[in-house]
Amino acid sequence: MSVLIFIDTADGHIKKSSFEALTYGAQLAQQTGTTAEAIVLGTVADDLAALGKYGVSKIHHAANDLLNHLDAQLYAKAIADVAAASGSTVIVLSHNVTGKAVAPRLSVCLKAGLIAGAIGLPDTSNGFVVKKGVFSSKAFAYVSVNTAVKIISISPNSFQTISGEGTAEVVNETISVDAPKVKVTATNKVTGEVPLSEAELVVSAGRGLKGPENWGMIEELAKLLGAATACSRPVADAHWRPHHEHVGQTGGTIAPNLYIAIGISGAIQHLAGVNRSKVIVVINKDPEAPFFKAADYGIVGDAFEVVPKLIEEVKKLKGAA
Amino acid sequence: MKILVCISKTPDTTAKIAFTDNNTKFAQDGVQWIINPYDEWYSLVRAIELKEKDPSTIIHLVTVGAADAEPIIRKAFALGGDEGVRVNAESTDSYYIAAQIAEVAKQGGYDLIFTGKETIDYNGSSVGGMIAELLDLPYVSLATKFDLNANTAIINREIEGGEETCEVNLPVVVSCQKGVAEQRIPNMKGIMGARTKPLKVVEPAAVEALTSVVSFELPPAKAGVKLVDAENAGELVRLLHEEAKVI
Repeated sequence: MSVLIFIDTADGHIKKSSFEALTYGAQLAQQTGTTAEAIVLGTVADDLAALGKYGVSKIHHAANDLLNHLDAQLYAKAIADVAAASGSTVIVLSHNVTGKAVAPRLSVCLKAGLIAGAIGLPDTSNGFVVKKGVFSSKAFAYVSVNTAVKIISISPNSFQTISGEGTAEVVNETISVDAPKVKVTATNKVTGEVPLSEAELVVSAGRGLKGPENWGMIEELAKLLGAATACSRPVADAHWRPHHEHVGQTGGTIAPNLYIAIGISGAIQHLAGVNRSKVIVVINKDPEAPFFKAADYGIVGDAFEVVPKLIEEVKKLKGAA
Repeated sequence: MKILVCISKTPDTTAKIAFTDNNTKFAQDGVQWIINPYDEWYSLVRAIELKEKDPSTIIHLVTVGAADAEPIIRKAFALGGDEGVRVNAESTDSYYIAAQIAEVAKQGGYDLIFTGKETIDYNGSSVGGMIAELLDLPYVSLATKFDLNANTAIINREIEGGEETCEVNLPVVVSCQKGVAEQRIPNMKGIMGARTKPLKVVEPAAVEALTSVVSFELPPAKAGVKLVDAENAGELVRLLHEEAKVI
């Protein structure tokens, strides 16, 4: 009996969301009096033994080149094989792009109930009940898993990463891997930017900015803060900004520590994508904008006057630090 | 080319979310129901575009739901589906839903199975991957672009901070999101034709749900916004640094 955590990588490096999964899995193992192990697939550049500091005792590494790109079928089979061999009763993944592809397949492979997008540790006092967001973050559900083996994919940015001391044993797994059916032919990644889904700070703007030519100050503020940029649906629909920046009910759902919304009125569909942000700041010239009701801090004012002032202040703050 | 488009009935995006029966059931009173936007705007519309390019394409719709889910199938027909199947069952468990759709898919011999990237009610993003595993088919999730070149699908999918292009031979299961297609409004001819398109009702296969909802909860209300004067915008930076401690 153990908890098995799937470690997701990009270009050989462990994703931030996987450190959250490691922390979650280790805490769950402690809570249920068992051990935490992890599995990583494909070529990895990072030091795996060092992951022991997150509380895992053993890392299963299947360093097969065929696993360098996501093929959900191959990933699910590899994880299922290791889970079966090590007698894992709970498997933890991030509910990120990879987890969304792999966890459902794994659920079928192992006939294991899946909680997709968990935001809390399981309540194991009476069964196995996990809290997750539903209705696009407008509500939560407590969901019971009714199978012997359980799978939990955790919502990114919902758990603080905790590390201590320790070294993990790294076990090289030689598993047979079929030729991938999904062939990756090109990658188009915006380098140097913080990926929105992993960002702790997000600066977002809407129609109030009037046109794509005015995004310079948004990008500058984001860069100074080390934040990712996002936008509202009308902005993405008008192609002022790329689709992947769209947050809201029909775009991305994010839960950063800080979400700054500039010139976004805050329609219910937009709020659904961002209302799990820990702190929400709204800058809008309309004092009646519905977003103010969901905000922690607000400024009623013109973005073109307020944002440059914020940039100056952040420069001072960063300069002083 | 035979395409199966999986659609789900969800509350309208502006619906007020509330619960009844001691917070165990979604309060349906006064709720407007729609086709889950990801299913309609992206996967269904893309399937229709493929049919427009190749008129021999057949589009089947499938939903798992009670009789009150039929209006959304009729709406999908108005946009362009050819035939529909409703599996007469309701569940909040992704595996149960996926297993029912997989049963329908097995009998249809589809080249392509489309789902939305998630439903806007249970947000599992799981049914597509489960169908793929049940049918032993490849699965490409979170697609932002979908094209066909003979028997090969060329798909862009989301990765952290960008996209990647991948190729996969049919048959394949694909979950679609923004970018794959654009929302359409049904025209009068479509609406008139929707009434007479064949809609078959089948009873569910015996499948055990792997999960069950114990209760629902609404998020706590926000304490209220702290307003900073626009003239003194710098004060906001101080508050975020010293009080909220987020920057």
